[in-house]
Amino acid sequence: MAGITGKDAALTAYADALAAQAPKGRSLTQDALRRLFNNKAALLSIFVLTAIVLFAYIGPYLLPWAYDKIDWAGIRKPPDWAKGHYFGTDQNGRDMLARTLQGTQMSLLVAAVATGVSVVIGIIYGAIAGYFGGRIDAVMMRFVDIMYALPYILFVIILVVIFGRSPVLLFVGIGCLEWLTMARIVRGQTLSIKQREFIEAAKAGGARPFTIIFRHIVPNLTGPVVIYATLTIPEIIITESFLSYLGLGVQEPQTSLGTLISFGAPVAEALPWMLYTPAAILVTMLLCFSYLGDGLRDALDPKDR
Amino acid sequence: MLDRTEDLLRIENLSKSFSISAGLFAKPLQLRALQDINFTVKRGETLGIVGESGCGKSTLGRCILQLLTPDEGRVLWLGQDISKLPAEEMRKKRRDLQIIFQDPLASLNPRMTVGEIIADPLRTLMPEIDARGRRERVLKTMEAVGLLPEMINRYPHEFSGGQAQRIGIARALISEPKLIVCDEPVSALDVSIQAQILNLLSDLKDQFGLTLIFISHNLSVVRHVSDRILVLYLGRVVELADGDDIYGDPRHPYTRALLTAVPIPDPKRARQRTIDGLVGEIPSPINQPSGCTFRTRCRYAQLRCAEVRPPLENLPGERLVACIRWQELDLKPGA
Repeated sequence: MAGITGKDAALTAYADALAAQAPKGRSLTQDALRRLFNNKAALLSIFVLTAIVLFAYIGPYLLPWAYDKIDWAGIRKPPDWAKGHYFGTDQNGRDMLARTLQGTQMSLLVAAVATGVSVVIGIIYGAIAGYFGGRIDAVMMRFVDIMYALPYILFVIILVVIFGRSPVLLFVGIGCLEWLTMARIVRGQTLSIKQREFIEAAKAGGARPFTIIFRHIVPNLTGPVVIYATLTIPEIIITESFLSYLGLGVQEPQTSLGTLISFGAPVAEALPWMLYTPAAILVTMLLCFSYLGDGLRDALDPKDR
Repeated sequence: MLDRTEDLLRIENLSKSFSISAGLFAKPLQLRALQDINFTVKRGETLGIVGESGCGKSTLGRCILQLLTPDEGRVLWLGQDISKLPAEEMRKKRRDLQIIFQDPLASLNPRMTVGEIIADPLRTLMPEIDARGRRERVLKTMEAVGLLPEMINRYPHEFSGGQAQRIGIARALISEPKLIVCDEPVSALDVSIQAQILNLLSDLKDQFGLTLIFISHNLSVVRHVSDRILVLYLGRVVELADGDDIYGDPRHPYTRALLTAVPIPDPKRARQRTIDGLVGEIPSPINQPSGCTFRTRCRYAQLRCAEVRPPLENLPGERLVACIRWQELDLKPGA
């Protein structure tokens, strides 16, 4: 009947047109981002962090002094605008601003690398343990417990011996140690997500276990993973400072925020500019990351939906 | 025309228990969720499964689909036992066996769009279809369940319960299954939406030649859709009969008790009704009564009910009942 009047054809064309220009739905991520941008502290943190990152990478090209260049005429000098030492020089006559920017670069790089490695390993390990459960879970999580119990610094010293003077590789190694907490968080979340009905629906739809893990469980872990990652970044920056302080981290003439602070701290009374510049940047970054983490937690909180 | 006499699904002696940890050193308790279930589902019919909360309705549905593995017994799909199939073989069968869930929103992945959710079974069950073909089928199925094509890129949280359930139905339909287990598909919905979804299900059943297993605790809903009705109590079949027989001439005291618990929308008639509702709580499935499991709440129970477990007896007219007194009792409504 429908064919005689041509109504069917017209309606089909109309339906196809509607489908072609189907409006994009707002995903949970977009919703969360909108909430995040409504949070003033988080928004400000994002701006400040972006500014610090940009300045750390672009700044050195604009400065008259390189981070490893020694100004024999200006050793241990306070800020001097005429000579281009805007934040003074250290005991060896190197420009503090250039060194701080290089240190910021290094700290950010190792933090990003170590966090990335720990997030990837933690998600895969935790999701597999949580999804399969039972004996597999028990064995995998006991291994995590054992790793927790072993002294961290011992591993780091072994890693230094293995990777020597490559700070990036060293922090890949540190990332391989940092994933333990991530794995526990992910496992806990997976245990609760796998009870939800849409996982059962996926099984009824014939999905294989790894399809379920990576297509249905992992995307639903976004919230806790993102929050934990933003909180891991400052933790790694502090770890790096600590290791550099012990002489296990970044090697001269390269530097990092931790190294700079450790050199600046003993002479803070005589040469305060050596401490203030790197310390201010480190504190600002840590504050920003923790405000950002807070903001993300509020934005991604499932109870808020 | 469908051959309505062919057995599509046959359940034989199905049992399922769950172990419950009773502490570190204690022996785990056995929760017997289903015991010795036998029934058949014919092609093209709708079998209703009713019972109180916790009687094993949903467990039965999941055992049929092999989402739970039965401890004992066989699940014969077109004559083949699917309960012992290797995972890869079972995956091929899933094209024919689908499920609709109770909580429509919880059954949809919140991070996927409607189009992705509906297409998901196609990706695994029919990998030969390309992305373009999938989209076409998704749009066709969305139309069949009454969803507008423009909703394809939206996310589940943007939908109401009724619409979300339509998405769940579309996902179940897309692989063109033969049997759909509906696990309380309307219990979480408003009454007005319930009717829409029930009508949709019966339309789809005719349109696609589906066979439905309809699980619900709501007798009015089950009566509306079912050809035959299976009554479960504490994981056992107590009565199985045609819908009209169950409602007009119940033979098991439990069935009768359930019927008298159905609310009557007319207060005058409701006042006239004799109430012989159930007393007490459903016994624990961990520690079940001896003999007939219903005897603790049955107003017709006698001493001998505690001694023997009533067998499921064949009555004339292809009905089954598990009560040793079925011949003596007159349980017709109003009697």
